Amino acid sequence: MGELLRYREDERHEEPAVTLDAFLGQTNATAVRLESDEDARALIPHLGQLALVEVSFPKFRDGRGFSAARILREAGFTGELRAQGDVLVDQIPLMRRCGFDAFAPEAAIDLDALERALGRYDDVYQKAADARTPVWRRRHG
Amino acid sequence: MYKYDEYDQAIVDARVGEFRDQVNRRISGEMSEDQFKPLRLMNGLYLQLHAYMLRVAVPYGTMDARQMHMLATIARKYDKGYGHFTTRQNIQYNWIKLDQAPDILAELATVEMHAIQTSGNCIRNISSDQFAGAAADEVEDPRPWAELLRQWSTFHPEFSYLPRKFKIAVIGAEEDRAAVKLHDIGLQLYRNDAGEVGFRLFAGGGMGRTPMIAPVIREWLPKGDLLSYVESCLRVYNRYGRRDNMYKARIKILVHEIGAAEYARQVEEEWAHVKTLGLDPPASEFERIAGYFAPPAYDADLPDTVDRTDPDFTLWIDQNVSAHKQPGYAVVTISLKPAEGIPGDASADQIDLMADLADKYGHDELRVTHAQNIVLPHVRKRDLHTIWQALEGAGLATPNLDLISDIIACPGLDYCSLANARSIPLAQKIAGRFADLDRQRDVGELKLKISGCINACGHHHAGHIGILGVDRKGEENYQLSFGGSAAEDTSLAKIIGPGFNEDGVVDAVEKAVETYRGLRTEGERFLDTYRRVGLAPFKEAIYG
Ligand code: SF4
Repeated sequence: MGELLRYREDERHEEPAVTLDAFLGQTNATAVRLESDEDARALIPHLGQLALVEVSFPKFRDGRGFSAARILREAGFTGELRAQGDVLVDQIPLMRRCGFDAFAPEAAIDLDALERALGRYDDVYQKAADARTPVWRRRHG
Repeated sequence: MYKYDEYDQAIVDARVGEFRDQVNRRISGEMSEDQFKPLRLMNGLYLQLHAYMLRVAVPYGTMDARQMHMLATIARKYDKGYGHFTTRQNIQYNWIKLDQAPDILAELATVEMHAIQTSGNCIRNISSDQFAGAAADEVEDPRPWAELLRQWSTFHPEFSYLPRKFKIAVIGAEEDRAAVKLHDIGLQLYRNDAGEVGFRLFAGGGMGRTPMIAPVIREWLPKGDLLSYVESCLRVYNRYGRRDNMYKARIKILVHEIGAAEYARQVEEEWAHVKTLGLDPPASEFERIAGYFAPPAYDADLPDTVDRTDPDFTLWIDQNVSAHKQPGYAVVTISLKPAEGIPGDASADQIDLMADLADKYGHDELRVTHAQNIVLPHVRKRDLHTIWQALEGAGLATPNLDLISDIIACPGLDYCSLANARSIPLAQKIAGRFADLDRQRDVGELKLKISGCINACGHHHAGHIGILGVDRKGEENYQLSFGGSAAEDTSLAKIIGPGFNEDGVVDAVEKAVETYRGLRTEGERFLDTYRRVGLAPFKEAIYG
């Protein structure tokens, strides 16, 4: 188990994440875990009460969580969005762009490699869920 | 042609550093092959039977002479002096060493080239009409849109781990030279009744083991909404495309299983939200890109006729030269299908020569075609003879465009680790059987396509005659099918009966061709006759 990497200022959320089914059945949980085949949109009516959404990556090839993250951010979710599971160094920069701000990788991450990866590109071509300015906007002031 | 600005260049330069870092981590053992694989694939590096294969992107098949020269340099320095142009309008090198791959990328970056997303489960190199900007039947040049899509899809954060690879093609003419309906997304620019130009969007086409023709998902898409709409199409696919079985993971299966109308409904629903996010660049960005694709500075008052006294030259003109929209100009297709050759292969010297010709006579532009040939899109008619002589001297003047020896063939068992059968030697045998050019010309347009396995990289489903290599009890066996087309009349070829061994399939092709010659009416191609009379007479001739 790798350590939890967080890119947030707030305190780490301690309440364990419940399953989506459990969450939708009980209204007071503040942390939920979304499996890769579950619909992130089911959470949209409840975003205000959520402090943490943990999105599962059962295999690094399973990219559904990238869309789940964007959908939640686009809906205005500001809590912790955590990628958990088979999360690899070279995926984290893309995940950050999709709105993830915490990572619980199954295997330890080489932090030097991660730092290099995160600082690699000064510019990005497309607008996403992060604050980065796409190249087309820079070109046109 | 598009030119990088400082942003494009910085991104490609950073990519070289990133890949070097990844290769180092692999070589040091820090990363397992399993973890490295998707990373190297996203950079076009495959592990083949004998060595690594590197696929270099040629965005929408367009290059200038300087870039083409670099491809020759790489062939000489890092490969065995050859390059292989592919059906995706790219080039691949078959003898690459892993530790040299980052150096190759560094060299490519000096001429605004890269290998980004030439494989892997991501959005691949955007393909387009090889006659874009030159074709008389064009509504608008599709390449600015292809470039816009290239930039948008590069390192797309949400769509780099899709269920499967994703191919997009864009055309701007009625005649389809890019097989848009056989792509994951096909885009066609057209003019509506109100005189505006917009897109028709197809989705869910493809070849592979389950070939499908893409249905129309949106009949009219305003140009300014392109990226947000395509983003919505991809998001629905990324979320709901199948991931349980890699053979069912392409978007065509999703569209087929839920139906085109339901897929379109989901996309529209997604788009209602996505288009509010400000993902579409302003028109000024499109105009900036389009500015690079302005027509070349044509000479006015050039002679529009060609001296046809040299019969060999005339033969080549009639077969390999196409109409240009500008009087006095023509489009040249250089055949990479000489008799005995490997379809799509070119030596470093040949690549240099084609680059020189583009530089001297072709407004510094070249195109790679999905049929694995090279195009000089803008040449003066008065230079045709000089160009032909130069090509002739380099073994590049085979006058066989769209004839039976202009075969598309995948690398097959000679290179590919997935192959069941050889493709290249079969292509050579068929071309050899029809070596007589008069006979080929008499047969006329006949698109023959060969794949070495069910993955269909040789587009056999879309061949007027398609051949698929299969493994039959440990022996190479070839299935023959007829009636496919990748043009605007897209259709899928159907298997005609039991398979053949290598010589048997060559015989069967010959019998089919002779049957066609006996049955054709004035002006009919093989495909037309087959569509008119059906399979029976062909079957009778082949198996009877
Ligand atoms: S069709 Fe099969 S044999 Fe041919 S290149 Fe593709 S995967 Fe290899």
